[in-house]
Parts: sequence; structure tokens; C-alpha cells
Amino acid sequence: MWTILSINSVTLGGLLFLLAAGFSLIFGLMRIPNLTHGSMFMLGAYFGVTLIGWGCNFWIASLGAGLGVALFGGIVERFVLRRLVGAELAQVLVTLGLSFMVADTCLMLWGGDPISVDTPAIGVGMTHLAGVAVPTYRLIIILIAVAIAAALWGLLDKTRLGAMIRAAVDDPAMARVCGIRVSHLFTIVFSLGAGLAGFAGVIGGPILSVYPGLDQDMLPLALVVVILGGSGSLLGSLVGSFVVGFLYNFGQAMFPELAYVILFLPMLIVLVIRPRGLFGRVTL
Amino acid sequence: MKRFFPLIALIALVTLPFWIGNTFYINIAAQVLIYAVLALGLNVLVGYAGLVTLGHAGLFGVACYAAATLINAGHGSIIVAIGGLAATLVVTAMFAVLALRGTGLGFVMITVALGQIVWGIAYRWISLTNGDNGISINVRPHPFGLALDNAASFYWATLVVFLVALGCMAVFVASPFGAAVRGTRDQPRRMTALGYNVWLTRFFAFLFSGFWSGVAGLLYLYYNQFVSPQTVALSASAEALLMVIAGGTGTLFGPIAGAVLVVVMKDVVSAYVTRWNFVLGAIFVLIVVFMPEGLVPGSVRFWRWVTASRRPRVAATVVERESRP
Repeated sequence: MWTILSINSVTLGGLLFLLAAGFSLIFGLMRIPNLTHGSMFMLGAYFGVTLIGWGCNFWIASLGAGLGVALFGGIVERFVLRRLVGAELAQVLVTLGLSFMVADTCLMLWGGDPISVDTPAIGVGMTHLAGVAVPTYRLIIILIAVAIAAALWGLLDKTRLGAMIRAAVDDPAMARVCGIRVSHLFTIVFSLGAGLAGFAGVIGGPILSVYPGLDQDMLPLALVVVILGGSGSLLGSLVGSFVVGFLYNFGQAMFPELAYVILFLPMLIVLVIRPRGLFGRVTL
Repeated sequence: MKRFFPLIALIALVTLPFWIGNTFYINIAAQVLIYAVLALGLNVLVGYAGLVTLGHAGLFGVACYAAATLINAGHGSIIVAIGGLAATLVVTAMFAVLALRGTGLGFVMITVALGQIVWGIAYRWISLTNGDNGISINVRPHPFGLALDNAASFYWATLVVFLVALGCMAVFVASPFGAAVRGTRDQPRRMTALGYNVWLTRFFAFLFSGFWSGVAGLLYLYYNQFVSPQTVALSASAEALLMVIAGGTGTLFGPIAGAVLVVVMKDVVSAYVTRWNFVLGAIFVLIVVFMPEGLVPGSVRFWRWVTASRRPRVAATVVERESRP
């Protein structure tokens, strides 16, 4: 029982990382609390369901959905958020308004019933690891999350683009003066974050299934991860995701009625003791 | 004419049940007043203190749930009112202490998270809140011996509360405390230098705002005789925020105009399309992109712009100055 719970926690942590890494980067770089991020997750999941319904392979569908959501994110950034640079309150309200529109459109197009997603063939069954039977699909999710974490770290730490993003996070005005086109970075990072969230929505499908309200379930989790880990920090998102993954699963198993409250406790403690988050460089 | 306007408005409001005719419209008018009280309270925080919150439906909901629980336990209306408001104030104080750790965007994000905690409790803590089924109260209470069963009498009771709220807001805006709250919005560092405790000023503004949200919550419960997690959902907070923003933040009458707009729109739109949330989202986006300062000041600007295009030179400079925040 403890092993199963732990495995589930790590899996949820992996999914949350895919969601929260983008959220955290967007917040760290653009100072936009992107309240559409949960919608991106749900939109990706629905795109994936449709692509699978057309006969696509699961993995191609997840990549396709990720790309589709990235494109949508790019359009939102370029044509809506770009108009509101610097007006933080306006950005909060616009992203909130967009999230309602996306949620209602999804309800209209895909209906109100939960849709279950079949586990892809490669992930069916159990894998035995050191005497413990682990559902193969969950193992795959964990591996994907680790791979993406490594790739993101490589992107941010080792490439020219990453150096530009880090410069823009630390001091956007100075980065502009140095000839970095910060507004291009905004579009890239926003699309990347949205795409990751959409991708996570599809690969999370076999575990969470897809239903209206998925966005409202995931957004607070991403918020907690970022408040806990600190905005703009990849390591913070990683640690925060796993903490939240464990709390959510163990909380639900032990105190089902209070699972939601337990989830927010560490966030409250961090806020009181260290408002910038565990690994954050700037105060919220 | 202008001097008599408040008097005319008051007479129109008091006599509304006689000239509006239908019970349905009287009920809508009562709803408008309930939400106007909520919006007035929210405006203290959003407009005057400059702290945008998306957790206010949580405070509103705490009052509903506390009062519903007390009523079902068989308590009288005075205990219900005091208990409901006390619960709201305690939760508001907790919200304030946590949310005021951040400012600006941090504040918004923390209030979203806190609002979702309240929603989570309402939805999942079934033994306390009856989960998704919500709590209903069987009879509309008779506070202080007043029978509120018919639409008109409930409307008048709501109107009294609304007028008291409006009076309190007018006093608040003119008071030194109101000036201090606006000071912490515009120049927190100067306020600190002048010896004001910025944190404490914001804290009291939060409590004041929460109190009126609680009052609105009580009215809402008495009106609907039912409360469910839907009442405390994020979209409810967003609706309340839309009222304040649509009407114009930091103005005394803006939130009232916003409440009228949102409630009437909601009822009218719901009659034709089932997609209220979509319309709500679209209004949000349109208002923010095209009339960021709110409908009332926005319309004034638009009117000036129209008149300015007739008399180009002098008026144009006025518009330019006005349109910059």
C-alpha cells in the first residue's frame, strides 16, 4: 500500500512538474500569473483525445496536442498579452477570462462526460523493479518527466537561448539594451510552457482521464508548486512538484475529506517563513 | 436637477416594487442589491487599497455556510447573523495575514489558492458542508420578527442593508482611514516614511472588505435558502471582480453600476444562451483590452473623445491627459 502510494505520488509529481515548469518560467520571465495554464493542460488532453479518435498513435497524438497547444499559446501571447505589457492586473483578468472561454468551449465541443484514455500498448502491465511491481505506464511518465527536466535544464543552462532567457528573467531592461529581443523570448517561453502543459494533459490522460473542470483541478496545484518552489526556478518546480504529488496522494488516502487542505499547508508555511519560495530568487 | 438626483434615485429605489410590476423583476432587483453590497466591499480592497483579490467568493461563502449551519442547528436570527459575520471575519483575518505576505501578483496568486482551499472544503469535507449537494435551509428566516417571505418585503430589507453599506462606504472614503488606505495603494514607501503602518492599514482594509462580503453572503443565503460549492468557486470570485472592474475601480458608484450590469446581463444572457461562462470570459477580455479603466470612466472618456473630435484643439489635449493613468 505504501509502495503503491509512493509510486502514484512520484507519477503525479512528474506530471505536475511538466505543468509547473512552464508556469514558473512564464511567471519568472514575463511576470504573468498565467491563469490559463490549467486550461492549456485540459485543452491538450482534449486535443489528444480527438487525435487518438482519428486513429493516431498515442505518442504522436500527445506530441501533436502539445504542438497544437503551443501554437494556441503563441497566438494568445502575440495578439492578446502583448497588448498589455506592464499592465499586470489586466493580464490576470485577461488570462482568467480566456480560461473561462476555453473551459466553456471544451464543454461545448467535447460534452460534459468524462472521457477515459486507453493506456498505450507499451505501458500496459507491470514492470518488476528490485522486487516491486510498478505499473509500466507510471514508470514511463516518471522517465519522461525526468528526461524533460534534464532537457529544460540543458536548454536554460547550456544554450545561447537559455542564457538569453536567464538574462531576461534577471533584468529585462538590461537584456533589451544588450540587444536581446525580449518580446521574442516572451512568445517562445509562453508557447513552450503552454506546449508542455498540453503534452502533460495527454500523457496524464490514462491516469486522470479527461473531464470538464480538469483545468480548475490542475491550476491550484500548479499555483501551489510555484509558490512553494519559488517562481522562475526549475529546481524549485521540481522539488515543489514532488512535495505536492506526495501530499496529494497520501492526504487523499489518509484524510480523504481534508486532502485539499493538507495540500495547501506547506504552501502556507513557506509563505509565512520564506515568502519567495524555497528556491525562488525574487519575492512574489 | 443635479442636486435632486440622489433624492430621485432613492425614491425610485424605495418605490421600485410598485412600478416594476412583476415579482420576477423585484427578485432581480434584490439580487442586484445583494451583489452591489458584495461589490462595494470588494471595491475597498481592489479599488481603494489596490489589492486585487480572487478569493472573495470564499469569504462570501464562509458567511453562507456558517449561517446555514447555525440556522439548521435551530438558532435564532441574531445568533445566526453574529455567528456568520464572526466566522467571516476570522477567515478574513487568516486570508489577510497570509495574502499580505505578497503584494501585487503574489497577492493575487495567494488569494486564488486560498479561495480554492475554501472551495475544496466546501466540496470535499462532506460531513461539514454536505459536499456537492450543498446545504439548504427550509424556511426564509424572519430576522427581528420581519416576515420576508414575499418578494417586495425581502427587497426592502435588502435595500436597507444596501443603503447602510453605501453610507458606510461614503464615510469610509471621506475618512482619514480611507485616505490612508488610498495612500498605501499609491505611495506605500512614503506612507511608511510618514509613520503609517502600511501592513496594518491594509489588514484593516481587508477586514472591512471581508465584513461587507459576509453581509452580502448572509443576504444571499436568505434569498436563495441554499448554498453549494458553486457559490465559492473561482468563477464566482471572478464575477464579483468583474462587477468592480466593469463599473470602475476606486469609485463610489462604479461597483453598483457593475453589479447592475453583471446581474442583468447574466439573467438576460442566460435566457438566450446556456453559455454564461463563455460570455463572462469574453466580457472580461473585451473590457480589459478596450476599456481598462472601467465602463463608467471609459464611457466618459469615449464621450469626451466624441465631443473632442468636433472641437479638435483644446479638447484633444484634455483627452490625451485623461487617457494616461
